[in-house]
Amino acid sequence: MIRIALEKREDTSPWMSLLSPLVAVALTLVSGAVMFAAMGIDPLKGLGVYFLSPVSDGWALQELAVKATPLVLISVGLSLCYLSNNWNIGAEGQFVTGAICGSWVALASHGAVSGTPYAHLVFPVMMLAAMVGGAAFALIPAVLKTRFSASEILTSLMLVYVAELLLDWLVRGPWRDPKGFNFPQTVMFGPEAQAFRLMADGRVNIGSVIAIIVVVMAGVLMARSLKGFEIRLVGEAPRAARFAGFDDKRLTWAVFAISGALAGLAGIIEVSGTMGQLQPSISPGYGFTAIIVAFLGRLNPVGCLIAGIFLAITFIGGENAQIALRLPLDVTRVFQGMLLFYVLACDAVLNWRISLVSAKGASA
Amino acid sequence: MTSLPHLMSATGITKRFGALVANDHVDLDIAPGEIHALLGENGAGKSTLVKILYGLLQPSEGTLAWRGAPVMLRSPWQARQLGIGMVFQHFSLFEALTVAENVALALDGHESVQAVAARLAQVSSAYGLPLDPAREVWRLSVGERQRIEIVRCLMQSPKLLILDEPTSVLTPQETEGLFATLARIRAEGCSILYISHKLEEVRRICERATILRHGKVIATCDPRHESAASLAQMMVGSKVVPARHDPIKMAGPLRLKVTDLSLASQDPHGTSLKAISLDVRAGEVLGIAGVAGNGQDELFAALSGEVLARNAATITVDGVPAGHSGINLRRRMGGAFVPEERLGHAAAPRLTLSENALAAGHATNGFVRHGFVDKGATLGWVSQVVKAFDVRKGPVDPEARALSGGNLQKFVVGREILRKPGLLVVSQPTWGVDAGAASLIRQALIDLARGGTAVLVISQDLDELFEIADRIAVIFHGELSPAQEAGSLKREAVGLLMGGTGFGKGADVGAERAA
Repeated sequence: MIRIALEKREDTSPWMSLLSPLVAVALTLVSGAVMFAAMGIDPLKGLGVYFLSPVSDGWALQELAVKATPLVLISVGLSLCYLSNNWNIGAEGQFVTGAICGSWVALASHGAVSGTPYAHLVFPVMMLAAMVGGAAFALIPAVLKTRFSASEILTSLMLVYVAELLLDWLVRGPWRDPKGFNFPQTVMFGPEAQAFRLMADGRVNIGSVIAIIVVVMAGVLMARSLKGFEIRLVGEAPRAARFAGFDDKRLTWAVFAISGALAGLAGIIEVSGTMGQLQPSISPGYGFTAIIVAFLGRLNPVGCLIAGIFLAITFIGGENAQIALRLPLDVTRVFQGMLLFYVLACDAVLNWRISLVSAKGASA
Repeated sequence: MTSLPHLMSATGITKRFGALVANDHVDLDIAPGEIHALLGENGAGKSTLVKILYGLLQPSEGTLAWRGAPVMLRSPWQARQLGIGMVFQHFSLFEALTVAENVALALDGHESVQAVAARLAQVSSAYGLPLDPAREVWRLSVGERQRIEIVRCLMQSPKLLILDEPTSVLTPQETEGLFATLARIRAEGCSILYISHKLEEVRRICERATILRHGKVIATCDPRHESAASLAQMMVGSKVVPARHDPIKMAGPLRLKVTDLSLASQDPHGTSLKAISLDVRAGEVLGIAGVAGNGQDELFAALSGEVLARNAATITVDGVPAGHSGINLRRRMGGAFVPEERLGHAAAPRLTLSENALAAGHATNGFVRHGFVDKGATLGWVSQVVKAFDVRKGPVDPEARALSGGNLQKFVVGREILRKPGLLVVSQPTWGVDAGAASLIRQALIDLARGGTAVLVISQDLDELFEIADRIAVIFHGELSPAQEAGSLKREAVGLLMGGTGFGKGADVGAERAA
């Protein structure tokens, strides 16, 4: 009999932890090529559609920014959670809740403020409402965790379905556009309630700028501030954090609130910037994909920016592959799943020495 | 030499953990019917060696022989089949189960619990180890729990019994009882491998000793023909100087006063504090003795402010009520704290020394300006601590886990002492630390007190308390005895208190146990 033994490595070089996600990406590409070949598609052509077409022209690059924005915003918030050992899996629900709360502002003010000086305030107030809503929704699993020791993994995940069903009910019921031919969707938001476009005929909106500002702020927070140190210390050694006088319960609330607010912000930017109305489904799974982004980006804000762009490529590549190669959308999911698998596997090999131990002498 | 083959021989045992060589070509021979001491400092490789002898670890190199025939021990099960029994330092018992159920679980056979209980009662009375098979483990004292482990081994009629630091959790009186039992076991022809770093014990009960230092065998000798000083020198590799302890000139003003502090433990298996009162004056060291698990952790948490008291006035620092103040407020009042656990509590293992300096000092040392960390200030502080306390480290700012136990302990004690606090509360200041670092730390504690700081030391090591404390109190079941002058205090009296004799409610518990 042979068993696999894992021994913790004492020395992990910082270069390796940067190399690891690159190795993971390379392995994903190789596995993808094998998968294409097995499906009878020329691997080079398949990979080209997936990974090169999304960065090939100006239109594609704009689309990339639009798709990367929610991923980056959400994953930066999730990184703060994960660093402090708070496993928020429910960013998708916080994204939807933020979109609902922000849209409420847009619908309530619809037609009432256009042309008045208050029109400029509508979008900022929408963002504020979305952040408050996302944060409040994220605080539910946080309070359940600190008050009742309920696993935040389960509660935050299950609340995703609550948020999605709430959205579904709203767009089919009270918020349905009366002149919408019974389609389950709200009215188109007024121009004052739509995210500011950076180029008149382009798709990129102010959200991408906000995402970059958030990355810089989070980077400074984590690298330089006492709060960033507190987040890491609570995650590394909770007892040492208590010895340092940090309140881990309050920190749990804080990181859940921040990540919920960022997910909510991503939600309203997506709805007001690209759709212009609420629909039953507003996310291709940004909240879940952002988990992959956070880990691929080493739980580092700048890393999340790079990883967010990479994952956005797979989203757009997947859409292109549906058209050009007639591949199902599931192939995109397979790519994202393989990527997370390889990231975690590379980390395991990096942090643990794996050896095969023969146990043939053992009688039992 | 004897013509009989050795009961167990280890030859050229080497065990590597990555770059660390825990055992380096160790030879050990145990003769039938002898009590053999394995002597060495913490970290000398004793535990690794016995884990190999018990089949828990496999050696990287070297061979084992049982009665002259080579054996491979792949698991403790195989070791038990040969007749090797082991009593660990940390027990593996289920608190909610009875004594008999715990023993039945550990036996390899398929006896019923009733049959086990009957046999257990018989074995325990035969060896003078009184145990009630029907009692739940959580009701038992540490000494009684150790008895379960010993009886459990004896029920398998072992030829070799390994005891890992058995007296570290016992009061002096319980230790006497254990020695009587060991003499009886040996009279039955069973060999005993006795792991310890307590020299006087080894000289009393062992007829041979193998001394390990840094994973190597330094000497094999007859401890009865050695002095404690010569054994210590072999064990440590240099002369051990006791701390210089001038008698206290005059106690200064009252720094820490605790009045009638009662606090329920947050841990369901913890010990609640019951009406604890104590005071520490500037210039003195107050020692708190006690067997582990009698409320030391809870007392430290209450004094440090990691757990708040119900009433602010029960704890005062320099006359100011502090019971409702968290640890950083108490630090700003002049308090400094060193918890028992180095890695995980005093320091975060994977954070660097400068980050660990920041953790303990961000409220008091001016490391933070407008919410941002002054990295240069923390690095400067680290180099000051490193210089003042002779912390040996490789890189400029290594992770805490990269330091040896002694060096990390010097760092976590040093970062507090260097602040010149008005009050220092330290738990187990030299636990698991090499002798050189231990004597440096003890001297620093005495010097700090003589400089006008009130020092409170919680320790399970009586020798340490008698070396550095001016007054000693004993904690038992969450109650604290009145502190007495260390100079006029007898070890036996402290030992009785540690066993519970002399405490209000604890008195009958102690009597019950003595019976």
